Amino acid sequence: MEKRFIYADNAATTAVSEEVLSAMLPHFTKAYGNASSIYKLGRDAQADVEKAREKVAAALGADPKEIFFTSCGSESDNWSIKGTAEMMAKKGKKHIITSVFEHHAVLHTCEYLEKQGFEVTYIPVDSKGLINPEDVRNAIREDTALVTIMYANNEIGTIQPIEEIAAICHEKKVLFHTDAVQAVGHVEIDVKKQGIDMLSLSGHKIHAQKGVGALYVRKGIVLPNLIHGGGQERSKRAGTENVPAIVGLGRAIEIACTDIAEKAAIVTPKRNRLIDGILEIPYTRLNGDRDKRLPGNLNISIEGIEGESLLLMLDLNGICASSGSACTSGSLDPSHVLLSIGLKHEVAHGSLRLSIEEDITDEDVDYILEVIPKVVDRLREMSPVWEKMMNGEEVK
Amino acid sequence: MMYSEKVLDHFSNPRNVGEIEDADGVGEIGNAKCGDIMKMYLKIDNGIITDAKFKTFGCGAAVATSSMATELIKGKSIDDALKLTNDAVVEALDGLPAVKIHCSVLAEQAVRSALSDYYTRQGIDPLPIVGEIKEPEE
Repeated sequence: MEKRFIYADNAATTAVSEEVLSAMLPHFTKAYGNASSIYKLGRDAQADVEKAREKVAAALGADPKEIFFTSCGSESDNWSIKGTAEMMAKKGKKHIITSVFEHHAVLHTCEYLEKQGFEVTYIPVDSKGLINPEDVRNAIREDTALVTIMYANNEIGTIQPIEEIAAICHEKKVLFHTDAVQAVGHVEIDVKKQGIDMLSLSGHKIHAQKGVGALYVRKGIVLPNLIHGGGQERSKRAGTENVPAIVGLGRAIEIACTDIAEKAAIVTPKRNRLIDGILEIPYTRLNGDRDKRLPGNLNISIEGIEGESLLLMLDLNGICASSGSACTSGSLDPSHVLLSIGLKHEVAHGSLRLSIEEDITDEDVDYILEVIPKVVDRLREMSPVWEKMMNGEEVK
Repeated sequence: MMYSEKVLDHFSNPRNVGEIEDADGVGEIGNAKCGDIMKMYLKIDNGIITDAKFKTFGCGAAVATSSMATELIKGKSIDDALKLTNDAVVEALDGLPAVKIHCSVLAEQAVRSALSDYYTRQGIDPLPIVGEIKEPEE
């Protein structure tokens, strides 16, 4: 078997595409004007930023005036959540609803707000990684300032019933934000039709560069200014625009949100072949609902082995992947997402996430399916946990 | 996370993986909940560790430290093996990331746990010789 290089971690980041790069390049050395300058070089830069804003808006079904460029998805999450909290606290509303398996950009922001005197309700998820909208309804109180629920989970890829949750929020007159960093470009989004009040997105997940994101804020919601200074982003987020990055994001989202269904139709069967192939290994389970998930995501727990070892072994075989093991999270606890769907610690330690795109070839899929069982066998052979499992002993 | 070349070498080609059927001492340390378990097998002849093998469930550093620890004690006397510190394992691996130092402690304790078992089998109280075995905190 000839060694291949396969990048199967697109949920972590993506390569800047050639098309995006070529859209960006002139803005470094030729069209380098400051978008605030009065002369043509500056006006052109301003025009290109606005064109990018139109593209982001078009991809989401929003108005360009509702799009603010930021530096990343985490910034968009922080701004929308803390901004709404600050705004609503003045009306005596100091309760926030989120879910237990949000990205840390949302969870840690909520924890920060708890320290500032806000109350936070964490909605549980079921064993398939889905939120029941009725749980959101039941959690809403008179003093609820905001509901923030992720569109699609970053680890297990499950897609939440966003439209239903948004409808409940509107009925109860509560603002609704969604972290859509993993969803944009992979599922059809229409903020107006779906009733989304605020939405965070990131560039580097959709083949733009790292360090650029955007926040959609529905017209009528006036968030406090994030960065005080010049008049950029309608004075809400001061700082000279990162024109090349913004132009790149515009081009990237335009490409990512074209033919979403067609791309999903290509990637889904390949993803399913990977799922079925890996599940042939005994003592494995798919994490997250099989159908209500991002087309390129699969997350499988492999018992008896530990995730980081698996990733290192896969890396030796040229496969880039991700895991929810404690060792990859930098703490002793495995992924909060995997624990939230009811996995035992020892099972969560042995999880594998692959996030693929439509460019993956059938030969790549064959290769992954050839490598993984071998690597798993090797790790299980040296695993005292596997030995115990095979001897029918209790694993502590 | 930066692993040294030596850690990666001991991870990808671990030395002394496996079991010793007629081991004179077997020790196990850690738990699956926290993500690391090491099991160590020793063959001891006349106070000399003639063979050492291990099985490990854990991250790259857990495998590499187990591998290195077995290398460091093979052919040594029990007294020398008892002097093995986690620092020595870390040093022999050209360092470990700070968050992985606990793996080297596990390797040190796995050796001691196996020696403790050896003394117990001999009908000797291991506590005064080997000391307490430190289980990792959950």
